[in-house]
Amino acid sequence: MSAEDLHPREREGVVNPEVRVADDESARGQDGRRLDHAEGTSKPIKAPPVREPQPRGAKIRGDRPIDQGEAAERFLAAPLHAAAHDERLWDLRKKRDAVAHGIPEWEELRELASQIKTHTLAHLDQYLEQFEAAAKANGVHVHWARDGAEHNRIVLGILRDHGAKTIVKSKSMLTEECGFRHFMAGEGIEIVETDLGERIQQLDDEEPSHIVAPAVHKTRLDVAEVFARTLGTDPDNDDAHYLAESQRETTRPHILQAEAGMTGCNFAVAETGTVVTCTNEGNADLSGNVPKLQIHSIGIEKLIPRVEHLGVFIRLLSRSALGSPITQYTSHFRKPRTGTEMHYVLVDNGRAARLGMEEFWTSLKCIRCGACMNTCPVYRRSGGLSYGATYAGPIGLIIDPTFNKRKYSTLPFSSTMNGSCTNVCPVKINIHEQIFAWRKVLAEEHHIPMLKQGMMKAAGAVLSRPAAYRAAIGAADSALKVLPRFAVYNPLNTWGRKREMPEAPRQSFHAWYKQNRMKDGGQ
Amino acid sequence: MRIGLFVPCYVDAFEPEVGIATLELLERFGLKVEYPFDQTCCGQPMTNTGCHQEAAATEALFVKNFSGFDYVVAPSGSCVHQVREHLTAIPQTEEVRKVRASTYELVEFLHDVLKVDALPWARFPHKVAYHANCNALRGIGHARPSELNLPYFSKPLNLLQKVAGVELVNLARPDECCGFGGTFSVFEPAVSAKMGYDKVADQKRAGADYVVSADSSCLMHQKGCAERLGLPLKYIHIAQVLNGAAA
Repeated sequence: MSAEDLHPREREGVVNPEVRVADDESARGQDGRRLDHAEGTSKPIKAPPVREPQPRGAKIRGDRPIDQGEAAERFLAAPLHAAAHDERLWDLRKKRDAVAHGIPEWEELRELASQIKTHTLAHLDQYLEQFEAAAKANGVHVHWARDGAEHNRIVLGILRDHGAKTIVKSKSMLTEECGFRHFMAGEGIEIVETDLGERIQQLDDEEPSHIVAPAVHKTRLDVAEVFARTLGTDPDNDDAHYLAESQRETTRPHILQAEAGMTGCNFAVAETGTVVTCTNEGNADLSGNVPKLQIHSIGIEKLIPRVEHLGVFIRLLSRSALGSPITQYTSHFRKPRTGTEMHYVLVDNGRAARLGMEEFWTSLKCIRCGACMNTCPVYRRSGGLSYGATYAGPIGLIIDPTFNKRKYSTLPFSSTMNGSCTNVCPVKINIHEQIFAWRKVLAEEHHIPMLKQGMMKAAGAVLSRPAAYRAAIGAADSALKVLPRFAVYNPLNTWGRKREMPEAPRQSFHAWYKQNRMKDGGQ
Repeated sequence: MRIGLFVPCYVDAFEPEVGIATLELLERFGLKVEYPFDQTCCGQPMTNTGCHQEAAATEALFVKNFSGFDYVVAPSGSCVHQVREHLTAIPQTEEVRKVRASTYELVEFLHDVLKVDALPWARFPHKVAYHANCNALRGIGHARPSELNLPYFSKPLNLLQKVAGVELVNLARPDECCGFGGTFSVFEPAVSAKMGYDKVADQKRAGADYVVSADSSCLMHQKGCAERLGLPLKYIHIAQVLNGAAA
């Protein structure tokens, strides 16, 4: 492959050399040139040579604490899935680095975005009222929902007013939060997701495992299996073009016939009353613009004051998410088209309460790019479904406990607190510090296992008493015959199952010092 | 200048040579180093598990041991990060604040305070992969993390480059966490070990003979992973290399 064959972005080093694969036809357009959109420049993951059942997510048992570690262990027990998942997401992290490092003012942009969001959240009441007034002036019906259930009832009411029974919708984490699909299924409303990844997840009756790549934990073979079972495609054909085309062909009729269309919202502009969505498939446009009734679900934290602020966020969003300069579509919805009706549902669902949490309110700055997930070494090796929550990965660890403290009490511990999430966050949320802060809150409120707290109490008792500590790490301070209990203080010895134990040295530093550096031998 | 040596509990128990190398290395620069005899731990295992109350007595003991020094030096970025950022379970008296602000990790003490420009006694003719402990890297600012668009710098590599014979090799994921994570390593063993396996495989692929780090905890975890996988990698603390370990 000569330099002439390369797309300009590859020649300029924007695309990591590892991404270039000469024989990868799936990333090339009809003219043979490499495609310039996010998926086109992704590193193709070779399909596993043998079928491996897709690992499923965390076991949900009411409000009982999620065992993320157990689900992660099952995920890792499927090595082909685990490797593909880690490789795919690490590739996104690398591409994010490449494009971020190509913009000299990148860190200033992050700071600016953070300040705009901080300002907006500090004056959220004013901006929400401004947004509502602007939207109404544009002829949009505006509704307010206290929680997910109210959101669902409001949407159902709008549908009933129009006698609508079918919806096409684009991907929205908010509607996932609200349990929207399951609620509507119970009401006899047919929903078709129009985002490819989200459609795969819908057809497989699974939650999205990633904010922007909902089916990233699945391989092409898994998708072939799901589509064969639900859309009647060839189960042995796992060609990406074939599968994507099958989804497209089977979704188009739904889009054309749906009685209502829904989208989520990436940014809600207060001064104009505009909802802005960012997609790579154009499916938000189709969902919003084709049916005669359009509904946009908006989390109240999505507000930004002015259109000019969009420039800051649009520059950050797709670069952080996928390492691409911009999403294929950045769509502005402002007024109903002639002969149609347009509704906004502004949803709180815990956000106002979170805004009052001194240590955690800045999590509301999140623009749902997923960069923290892509960089998180624990998330990459666990799969998003292991978190058993709407939001997985680092951002999930700090948001989920605000929805249900007991159920998600374990999640802030599923982190090594390495801090890379904080550094990639385009709005500078101090994610790893909030994870640390959550651990304290959960321990104080006795939401951590008694065994764990008991162990820490015992460790604290030993480590605060020099004599007890000396006794624990080795009798008479000489040869350490057994491992110090404080370091590997675990009845199951989880260290030794997968790692060799460290060798006990002949003597501790303390004993060496006493013997070699103290004239009287410490007496 | 009064220098207090803090030897973290797992260094004391498992890697006494790291404590010895730290002491000897500081003494090579003509410093008189004191070792408070009743020291134990910085409180990190409890604090990182959320159990701040359970850490309070240990934190108080740390401050008692180390107040009165101009500098407290420890061969661990992780413990120094705890002292500097998270030693908050006890009332923040002037004494406590002073101890926290005076505590330095060995590499930054050599680089920033002593401004070391030569290590003539040190020779380490090996292919070396450097492991950046996350708390040292992002917590106390050892180096520019790969994800930030800021000017490059690295205090540990700057020092290692002054050691004769060191040949640094590049990891594919230079500052990916190794999965130790303190109590994470025992409470989330599957993910922790997988991260460790991936880390040591990366080191092997890079052609390293030795892995050098400023934190014994990460090294202990990685060594355990490499041994389990049968990879012939050797792990050594940067204090030992800078002190002239023959290896």
